[in-house]
Amino acid sequence: MLSFIGRRLIASLVVLLAATYVMYVLTAYSGDPLEDLRTSTARNKEQLIEHRIQVLNLNIPPYFRYFIWLKGILAGLIGQLDLGKNLIGQPVDALLASAVGHTLQLVTSATLIAILLGVIVGVATALRQYSGFDYTVTFISFLFYSLPVFWVAVLLKQYLAIGFNDFLVSPQVSPLAIIVCTLLAAFIWSGILGGTWRRRGIVAAISGGATALVLLLINLTHWFENPSIGLIFGAILGVGTALIVTSLSTGLDNKRARNSSLAVVLLGLILWLPFDAISKFLLAPAVFGIAAGFVAIGVAIGWFNGGVDRGPVARTSGITALIMAGIIGVDRFMQAWQPYFNSSYVSGRPFATVGSSTPNLQGSFWVMGVDTFTHLLLPTLALLLIGFAGYTRYSRASMLEIMDQDFIRTARAKGLSERTVVMRHAFRNAMIPLTTLVAFDFAGVIGGAVITERVFAFSGMGKLFLDSLLHVDLNPVMGFFLITGTVAILFNLIADIVYGLLDPRIRVE
Amino acid sequence: MTQTIEQNAVAGLSQATLVRRRFLRHKAAMVSVFVLGGIILLAFTSVGLELGTEATPIRVPGWYGYGYAQINPVENAGAPTLDILPEFIDGTGLAVGNHPFGQDEVGHDGFARVMRGAQQSLMVMFVIGLVATIIGVVIGSVAGFYRGRTDSLLMRFTDLIITIPVVVVGAVIGRSIGNLGSFILAIFLGLFTWTGLARLVRGEFLSLREREFVDAARVAGASDRRIIFRHILPNAIGVVVVSTTLLMSAAILLETGLSFIGFGVRLPDVSLGYLINENQTAFATRPWLFWYPGLFIVAIALCVNFIGDGLRDAFDPRTKRVPKAKELAK
Repeated sequence: MLSFIGRRLIASLVVLLAATYVMYVLTAYSGDPLEDLRTSTARNKEQLIEHRIQVLNLNIPPYFRYFIWLKGILAGLIGQLDLGKNLIGQPVDALLASAVGHTLQLVTSATLIAILLGVIVGVATALRQYSGFDYTVTFISFLFYSLPVFWVAVLLKQYLAIGFNDFLVSPQVSPLAIIVCTLLAAFIWSGILGGTWRRRGIVAAISGGATALVLLLINLTHWFENPSIGLIFGAILGVGTALIVTSLSTGLDNKRARNSSLAVVLLGLILWLPFDAISKFLLAPAVFGIAAGFVAIGVAIGWFNGGVDRGPVARTSGITALIMAGIIGVDRFMQAWQPYFNSSYVSGRPFATVGSSTPNLQGSFWVMGVDTFTHLLLPTLALLLIGFAGYTRYSRASMLEIMDQDFIRTARAKGLSERTVVMRHAFRNAMIPLTTLVAFDFAGVIGGAVITERVFAFSGMGKLFLDSLLHVDLNPVMGFFLITGTVAILFNLIADIVYGLLDPRIRVE
Repeated sequence: MTQTIEQNAVAGLSQATLVRRRFLRHKAAMVSVFVLGGIILLAFTSVGLELGTEATPIRVPGWYGYGYAQINPVENAGAPTLDILPEFIDGTGLAVGNHPFGQDEVGHDGFARVMRGAQQSLMVMFVIGLVATIIGVVIGSVAGFYRGRTDSLLMRFTDLIITIPVVVVGAVIGRSIGNLGSFILAIFLGLFTWTGLARLVRGEFLSLREREFVDAARVAGASDRRIIFRHILPNAIGVVVVSTTLLMSAAILLETGLSFIGFGVRLPDVSLGYLINENQTAFATRPWLFWYPGLFIVAIALCVNFIGDGLRDAFDPRTKRVPKAKELAK
């Protein structure tokens, strides 16, 4: 195993070294780094050109200049990493650090949501193969897969950001929208849950009715002007979450799991108001610390209440605690909506079409969180649509293949419940091939999304790379490439190792 | 009573017949074949072809009255004259009019530009598909067949190509070599997009080369080349065809994306991605300039994806179409 990792790492390093050389020479020959100065009207133009040539060694041909750059990188081995400077003399490592931060903020959430939603929908369609729901989702995921991201981005800006901002001027959901949402909810839920026509009818009626009711309540309470979840609705959501998580994770027959997760929800409801009272004074680390603490308590409740199968029970109550913490957090963010909405920098048009934050806006953790949300919503959605499509297709195909295997038939023949067959025997095995895809995606995360970041003027890695490439700014381009290349190699290696651990049939030798 | 595909499989049909039948039954794929064929026909016959170099162009005229670079007087503020809603809905009736997809503020005809853009995007898609498939198949099969040192050398080379971002390739071709036109661009892009296919073909070869029929061919005295091309490759054709279609749908999005950020097809020529880039700021005033190129990209990519899906189902004997309970009861 160790020798496998060692050999792979050495081979990868050689490849990376060769790739940096190719990249360096290619980029250097893609244009003229002095173009902006040549066309400038500054009086000391000659001096500026001379200065840049001196600083960046532009008089040395790229074949050899590469080795100067490489020397700076190798100096990193003794702790004196030198990534060079960009055309206007800023150090590249500072540029990269800020870009990585922005990009991780954007792409991580999009990737995580895409994986989560994609896997859920993919598995659901696989279990309802050749149903109307399956065909609809298949068509939609193909459609998303075929969408050019820059085109979607402009549509999102126009219809979501500008449209929703207009809507927020007098936020009342129109009757037509209520009818459409009701029908959609009825179709989706009856499609996912499936079964006989009678059962489908009941599910459609309940889900459609609930959707219509919620939308009517939103209109009546002027929810959009002062959004919140509130204790009562929070309690309903919490109990619903506890029951759904339990039924998927251990089955509702497991009394200990059910009671533990309900206890977690109860604890969350008790702590809700005290948390709201102190939340104004909390900074980001404290908020995340409290959330982590709550999840830990949830796990502990499950562990000590779990009896013989404490592992699964702790898992169930831990997941419930995580979602419950999420509900409480979202409610708190919603309370920051009104001050944010009315602040002079936002002035009633919260959803931004470009940028990553409102300039000059100051406020508590919660207000800034809302600001980040309104800025990240559009680019995240654009990335999400495409990632979602891929994951849906993959997890559906993988799940279908597994459900056709003999061991699934055996599990059914043993008389196991459908939940156990699907969740324990099929789902886990179906997810193994997805590890490679996930690893690739997370390796790609750090590179950002070149086109998406450009359309939304989001100053992340993709934008840094593209702007530098346009100006033939070698050092930032190479810094970007070094980071993405290294991460790609590492994640590839991790994927191979994890794959070997998950699937005992595959040996990495 | 109609026979299911699986019953037919027992009837002793050739592999090609089976694949063809399964593909013809895939409704989405068949519809896509016709739609894509229609788009190709429309794009290439309407504004005609333009071959040859810039100095000595060879023009084949099409049936559409306006050229893509021609500047016409702006009629009706450039609004599209195409009306596909019949009279009883909006009261104006069906119409095509002078400029069905509208005009931009200079007076370029929208339809002619979208058709020219679709030509470019389709051409780039097919060229990338062809170049990448040839390279991918050759590298993948040689690596998978000879294994050992050849394999690891070729696979490390593949890794090297994977790590080079395609945007850089676009930038280098576009700016340092100069504007060579979209055909050359497509060939260069093809040189950098074969990696996924090569890996798949290699995997297929690694498993196929251990099979008995390969031993039989070798014992019969067949050369390596003959074994690769006559014995193993035909058995791996399913993987190749399916991943080529998927590669092509990715290629059209790649080309439009590159043109969008300014590294792909550029003026005086147009491509669908370039048109969107040009008109994205005009969305509020002239949305049609933005809608039509986008719809054509989506339509082409969607068709290719569905054809790929149909081919995958057709080549993969494991994907069975399970008859519904109702059909079995007949």
